[in-house]
Amino acid sequence: MKILVPIKRVPDPELKTKIKDGAIDLSGASWVVNPFDEYAVETALRLLENAEAGSKDGEVVVVTIGPADAAQQLRSALAMGADRAIRVDAEDKTLDSRAVVAVLEKIIAEEKPDLVVMGKQAVDGDANQVPQMLAGKLDLPQATFAASVELAADKKSVTVGREVDAGVEYKKIAVPGVISVDLRIVGPNAVKNHVTPDSYAYAEGPRYASLKGIMAAKKKPLAEKKLADYGVEASPNIKEVKVDLPPPRAAGQIVADIPTLVKKLVEEAKAL
Amino acid sequence: MGNVLAFSEFSDAGLRSSALSNLSFAREAAKAHGGDVIVLLVGKGAAAAAADAAKYAKKVVVVDDAALEHYLAETYAPIVARIAKEQGASVVSATATSIGKDLIPRAAVLLDAGQASDIAKVAGANQFVRPILAGNALQTIEVSTPVIAVTVRQSEFPAAEPTGGAGEVVNAAAGAVDAKGAEFVKLESSKSDRPDLGDAKIVVSGGRGMKSGENFKELEKLADLLGAAMGASRAATDAGLVPADWQVGQTGKIVAPNLYFAVAISGAIQHLAGMKGSKTIVAINKDPEAPIFQVADYGVVTTWEKAVPELLEEIKKVKASR
Repeated sequence: MKILVPIKRVPDPELKTKIKDGAIDLSGASWVVNPFDEYAVETALRLLENAEAGSKDGEVVVVTIGPADAAQQLRSALAMGADRAIRVDAEDKTLDSRAVVAVLEKIIAEEKPDLVVMGKQAVDGDANQVPQMLAGKLDLPQATFAASVELAADKKSVTVGREVDAGVEYKKIAVPGVISVDLRIVGPNAVKNHVTPDSYAYAEGPRYASLKGIMAAKKKPLAEKKLADYGVEASPNIKEVKVDLPPPRAAGQIVADIPTLVKKLVEEAKAL
Repeated sequence: MGNVLAFSEFSDAGLRSSALSNLSFAREAAKAHGGDVIVLLVGKGAAAAAADAAKYAKKVVVVDDAALEHYLAETYAPIVARIAKEQGASVVSATATSIGKDLIPRAAVLLDAGQASDIAKVAGANQFVRPILAGNALQTIEVSTPVIAVTVRQSEFPAAEPTGGAGEVVNAAAGAVDAKGAEFVKLESSKSDRPDLGDAKIVVSGGRGMKSGENFKELEKLADLLGAAMGASRAATDAGLVPADWQVGQTGKIVAPNLYFAVAISGAIQHLAGMKGSKTIVAINKDPEAPIFQVADYGVVTTWEKAVPELLEEIKKVKASR
């Protein structure tokens, strides 16, 4: 089985957002793999491996579209256990969902993966579009916001527990298909593949790269491509006009006790 | 041309309240594009919803078919795209619910439409303001495709009021329904008599400081007294104290009620992203340095064990005096 995992680099979400000349100031940014994409890499590995035996049957290919520096995030995914990587050279600013989908469509036509597993959204743009658009473009089934995935024993379908407003919806999709993952997918028992015993409990969260993994990642193949190799032009349909900081909330007050609080909620805030 | 197609979710009883936020947006967009709002209902058993929707728009298109009983992006998206073309829509929109977010991008790609996701404001006919970086910044984007797809953040748009007129209801055929190998299996819902988190006027949320699901029952008493929805921080849902769908935050639900109680919640960035649009925020925490106090309108430095019983008592007094 082959799984394709598209990943994106994002500025470290733990750091404070700064704005310069109407755009996010990325001059001193430290870049990380988008957390949801890291969960997607973890999900792909869990789908293919026997965690108890420490073996893996199948291939995980990671792809990114970004500048030369973005190779670092591909190496991180290779260090976790992905087998091979493709970087398509582009400046972040020149990309929109349409361009990303167009490139991925061509790569999927070449690679013919059984599954595409990706993060539900990048935590910088928060757009939550590419998995659904890609599935629509390829005319494949989609299972978004996955909190659990079970690969059927015959590997012909997956049953996905999706986080929806009303609870958890279970949806079965045929392979090949597109899965986008939510944060609970990295829970101890969220991924089942009928290879790793059902009783096996993973550590919470995506795996850390071992020193051995990091050394091995340096030797794994990383193909360098250009947008033109896929016949895609960087002419975005969506342009950023400007970025502002949200208006700050007016300073609040600490009140002495609960009776004072309730009095103020009634009389001042008129909220009760 | 220039119409706005508003995909609207419904139940057997009528339109879902979440749909009304998108209808507010749709009216604004229709004005900017020189067209009309057309409500689109897709599913099974839409009769009550169609009558309801006719109060809000000049035209309602209904695709009612047994094969569409369970929502699937694979079967709904081609219908949305086809009706958008037939109705001369230049904007296709839905509220950013779990269905809206799943469906609209798939429909957008079939229409070669660029999409503005989870918008908070309209800045022009093809310009939209949307929160990015977990709400830490507001981005204005311009979408230059002939058809624009939009999902609308429920908490940022008011519920539309009826027009006072009665719109025309037309039925459209589902056509061939092909699920592309996808199948609805089941929905495990967490049933509750309380209002939906997304719609509630008051939300009572607890954090990991509540320590146990048993302790959360005390907060639930407060929620029930106020007719409020229950929420929780990611720390509390991840620790398994309460169901995952109670989570308020960047990775959970985004809420903006009239009144928000944050009890024993420290105020991680990811939680603040989900509730800082609330009108009045109350924080109760024993740690005076907790970041939640920086966004709160009213803070009380105390333990939840002391605060919650007092709140129940004081609020009962207020209610009794009315």
